[in-house]
Amino acid sequence: MSHIEKAIVGLRSKLGEQVLSVSVFRAQTTVVLAREAIEEACGYLKSNHEFDLLADLTAVDYWPEEPRFAVIYQLYSLKHKVFMGLRVPIHSTTLELPTVETIFPNANWHEREVYDMFGINFSGHSDLRRILMPYDWEGHPLRKDYPLGYEEIQFSFNFDEIDRRKPYAKE
Amino acid sequence: MRQKDIRLDELKHLVSDRAIEGETVLLNMGPQHPSTHGVLRLLLELDGERVVNCVPDIGFLHTGIEKNMEAKAYEKALVMTDRMDYLNNIGNNLCYCLAVEKLVDLDVPERAQVIRVLLTELQRIASHLVFLATHALDTGAMSVFLYCFREREIILDIFEMCSGGRMMTAFFRPGGLWRDVPDGFEDAVRDFVRIFPQRIKQYEALLSKNPIYLDRTKGIGGISAEDALRWGLTGPNLRAAGVKFDLRKANPYSGYEKYDFEIPVGSTGDVYDRYQVRVQEFRQSLRIVQQALDNIPGGPVRSDNRKFVPPPRSELGTSMEALIHHFKLWTEGFPAPKGSVFVAVESPRGELGCYLEGDGGPKPYRVHFRTPSFATVQAIPVMARGYLVADLVAIISSLDAVLGDVDR
Repeated sequence: MSHIEKAIVGLRSKLGEQVLSVSVFRAQTTVVLAREAIEEACGYLKSNHEFDLLADLTAVDYWPEEPRFAVIYQLYSLKHKVFMGLRVPIHSTTLELPTVETIFPNANWHEREVYDMFGINFSGHSDLRRILMPYDWEGHPLRKDYPLGYEEIQFSFNFDEIDRRKPYAKE
Repeated sequence: MRQKDIRLDELKHLVSDRAIEGETVLLNMGPQHPSTHGVLRLLLELDGERVVNCVPDIGFLHTGIEKNMEAKAYEKALVMTDRMDYLNNIGNNLCYCLAVEKLVDLDVPERAQVIRVLLTELQRIASHLVFLATHALDTGAMSVFLYCFREREIILDIFEMCSGGRMMTAFFRPGGLWRDVPDGFEDAVRDFVRIFPQRIKQYEALLSKNPIYLDRTKGIGGISAEDALRWGLTGPNLRAAGVKFDLRKANPYSGYEKYDFEIPVGSTGDVYDRYQVRVQEFRQSLRIVQQALDNIPGGPVRSDNRKFVPPPRSELGTSMEALIHHFKLWTEGFPAPKGSVFVAVESPRGELGCYLEGDGGPKPYRVHFRTPSFATVQAIPVMARGYLVADLVAIISSLDAVLGDVDR
């Protein structure tokens, strides 16, 4: 039994129903977890299965489907040299999940980035502010219903018209 | 226009009570400070000249690369990765290409693999040269800067020879390389391999036993192996703390398992160890370059899977099928299956990860880059607390964070 299989068996016996499913794509294992279980799962994997590095934390927006978001964790075990993915579906009605900062301190900034880019709140986070966008920015840029935006091309016949609605500081 | 007042209470938790009472001084360092290597802003809390705490503020170089990539076809999105970590363009290309290749299950010919490894290692040397140059400059050794940039120029010339671009190469493409390396490439690399070992000795002669440099770096900004892992440090910064972890050895990609090289490690994780690890990596990268150079096989440099890789120009005049593939690939791109992959490579700064998700269409549904500098900058306060402001400058430069990599 490989290390990941052992970890999954352990997770199932520890969390029971909260392990929603397990999928393998291109030889990479991803465990889908319930929202409430993520902190416990990370703590368990770190202390019992030597997943000691939080390699990545990000999110995906599936708008307009529900559950709208998924927060994705990649854990790495230095001893066993394997990556393991965790995935937490988030409904747009709740938009909140527990922080894993207490287990992996480097989740602090990753979670701030997810909050900034997707508007997902992490309960218990020590410093949940915007990180990449300006503090007074409105909206969450990586959401799928957030337009990409572009610079409108101004020609001489419509220069003033476009200039009027351009968002920049005017006299 | 956006208008939002921020109240002081919201930010009070960032500083200690002593700062509120006026006992310590709050000082803003950056974003235009030359020693912050780009546009990093640090809010320093100082007791005299001692750093009590520092709060990094990033995002000044945020260019929305991840969002932009979602609007481009897989192959076109590749050029965005060049602009992420601007000292490791080739490594970024490699990471993204590996992710795409894994997602669509695309093969890469042997010749392309070897040239990829060769160029990636040259890029690692170039990146470490910039590290050494700026780090020496920040610790007061001006001449090292000039020597390092002299050698970096040779590597950039090699890149220019291959791709036409010195930095933004976009030379690696899903399925292999953009085109084969030109005549004279091997000679140019061989020349570099011949002269470089001597140059490494020159740098070491200038720094390694220089008492001024030792005073500035020994025992400064140390971090324990456990803390380094907790804060997600990877690459040379983690190895300097004594953890023998290198993704090229642990999870080999692009055929790294075939090369013979060591992983240099430090012990205390201080500024001097981080310098030593990188200088040793010059030699190891050079070994890999040498081995790759001696074993470049013949054959094609790009997969012949026409569903993903455009046919060569010469076929377009004679083959109807080639014309169809060319048209399909350059108008809409190739579709990738529904699913997600995570690929991590060892960049000069540490673990560079790419999370790539496809939705069945020709554009990435979500791309995320886990960049090593992001973790590094986050850990600056852990290393800087208790040291002088002058030490902070040495610590930041020793970490080799690239702000384009942090903000993406």
